[in-house]
Amino acid sequence: MQIVIQQLINGIQLGAIYALIAVGYTMVYGVVKMINFAHGDVYMVGAYVAFAVTAAAAAGSVSVGQGLVLFAVGLVAAMAGCALLGALIERTAYRPLRGQPRLVALTTAIGVSLLLENLMQIIAGPNPRPFPALIPARQIDLGGVFLNVRFAVALLVALVMMAGLQYLVMRTRVGKAMRAVAFDLDAARLMGINVNRIIAATFMLGSALAATAGVLVGVTYSRIDPFMGILPGLKAFVAAVLGGIGNIPGAMVGGLIMGLAEVGVASIRSELTGAVAFLILIVVLLFKPTGLLGERVYDKV
Amino acid sequence: MSELAPATATGPLRATPWPVVVGRWLLQLAVIVGLYQLLLAWAGGNRYLLVVLTQAGIYVIMAVSLNLILGYTGQLSIGHAGFMAVGAYAAAILTKFFDVPFPVALAAGGLLAGAAGLLVGIPSLRLRGDYLAIATLGFGEIISVLLSLINEVPVGTRVIDVGGAQGLIAIPRHTTFAWTYGVAVLAVKLVWHFVHSTHGRACIAIREDEVAAEAMGIPSTRYKVMAFTIGALLAGVAGGLHAHQYLYLNPALAGFMNSVFILVIVVIGGMGSTTGAVLAAVFFTYVNQALPNWMQAAHLPSNIAPAVRMVLFSVLLILVMLVRPRGLLGGVELTWDQLGRWWRAAARAGRRHAVAKGGQA
Repeated sequence: MQIVIQQLINGIQLGAIYALIAVGYTMVYGVVKMINFAHGDVYMVGAYVAFAVTAAAAAGSVSVGQGLVLFAVGLVAAMAGCALLGALIERTAYRPLRGQPRLVALTTAIGVSLLLENLMQIIAGPNPRPFPALIPARQIDLGGVFLNVRFAVALLVALVMMAGLQYLVMRTRVGKAMRAVAFDLDAARLMGINVNRIIAATFMLGSALAATAGVLVGVTYSRIDPFMGILPGLKAFVAAVLGGIGNIPGAMVGGLIMGLAEVGVASIRSELTGAVAFLILIVVLLFKPTGLLGERVYDKV
Repeated sequence: MSELAPATATGPLRATPWPVVVGRWLLQLAVIVGLYQLLLAWAGGNRYLLVVLTQAGIYVIMAVSLNLILGYTGQLSIGHAGFMAVGAYAAAILTKFFDVPFPVALAAGGLLAGAAGLLVGIPSLRLRGDYLAIATLGFGEIISVLLSLINEVPVGTRVIDVGGAQGLIAIPRHTTFAWTYGVAVLAVKLVWHFVHSTHGRACIAIREDEVAAEAMGIPSTRYKVMAFTIGALLAGVAGGLHAHQYLYLNPALAGFMNSVFILVIVVIGGMGSTTGAVLAAVFFTYVNQALPNWMQAAHLPSNIAPAVRMVLFSVLLILVMLVRPRGLLGGVELTWDQLGRWWRAAARAGRRHAVAKGGQA
């Protein structure tokens, strides 16, 4: 029983991280109807930015307070850096192709993804790096079940981020404009919304959330490498599809399900974790192509 | 070769006279054999160059087969290397453990990959665009995971060791440049005749507008599955050739990187252009092989060669998409007819230019 609860906690923590990435996918998809394949790599860049900012300061032993401050600094730097990166990618690679067939946009996104991975490999080297221990790896005893402090912080940050996003999308003017653009781009433009700016804002917001996920993964698993974004990126995409792509609460739910499913399978046979996501994807696409919370979409002729 | 000249604006359908048809066949044969001899003569006794040429031939098959799915039918499949791996493993196991003759093993590998294509295609081709891309990517990854998990397979009374994550070793050497060239020619001809047939036109119609094609009575799922299966079959044969050239296979063959390499070839060569795919396959295979040497000559550390290669390919991919979204030769074939048309257009423009200049003088 304790093992089950322990795994449940692990699954929720992993799921929260998938959810953070998936939300970015879903927002971009909702607004411009394209899969931003490079999203997983933005997550990787986020982890590296936080590493670059904090590694020197955290080289010696840091107290808990200093560690938390550094963590906050790294997180903010990663979010800002990735927001800029997201805007840059959108401006240079995706915006000129808006209106082209989706195949073209998707191919470009694959190109951007490879570019980020391999540039990072040239800049930072191909070997994994140890992420500085900003948060002590202490266990809290919850009556037989142990909760790692790092996991707890990661979960907390993820929850705060998602709550903030929900507020931003539902309660602010920018969020309202995003929803309008997602609903009907042309009509939104007619209503005087600066569509290009809203799309750029969507990319920035999604990228900042991906960066958060990258930093959280760096802190909890204390290991980063240039290709760390590929699989989580794909899994987060599956999570977004599972929840109904374009649907933000759906992405959160999908992320949680993915995390739990993966931890569950890993406890049976660890080699199979790579295949779980794709099996889920195929099953979802076969039986409920619009996802759990998605709505039926009809072809426009 | 079709026996009927195409109906054009200048005239009705009419039968091409048989001497012209036979003449074209002979010309084609001469070009195919001549090109082969030319390549052999160019390579000389240089084994390295022959290996590169063989590899290029294998990627020509991969590129034209993916082009059938991606360029002509408009279905983004990014797990094409998965089919290559299926064919490669199947053919290698057959020749290594069961002493099956090489051509039979190649065919069997192709058929198995085709069957895998059918199996993957029927459910996943109901999906559109992006979803199909992810589903095919998932297929490639699942193949890769399975291959690294499976170590020993019991077949009847014996147990064969397929290597698992370490890879399958000591595959007999059968692939020669002649074999690869021959199969590549067959593959190109197969794809060419397919896309110029009724079925090919249906595939192109689906690429242009699936809803409209459906409305015109084209069973789109059936044609998509057909293109997908033929593409997978050819990829499987290419995989068999690859296995018997490298004599070593590992699960990474089915991985994303290999799929992306093929995708880069097709996209840059031009979607919907068989000649573009062929040229790009040769060019990129050569660059791929020669890049470490170039980097050595430029005094760059050769351990970053894979990263530099991918940066180069991805930048090219993005630039080509921005400038020419359908690829460099997208929708254009470099045939004698096309070259002649361009030549005549250039000559006409030249004459007009001369007249204009003369008029002003």
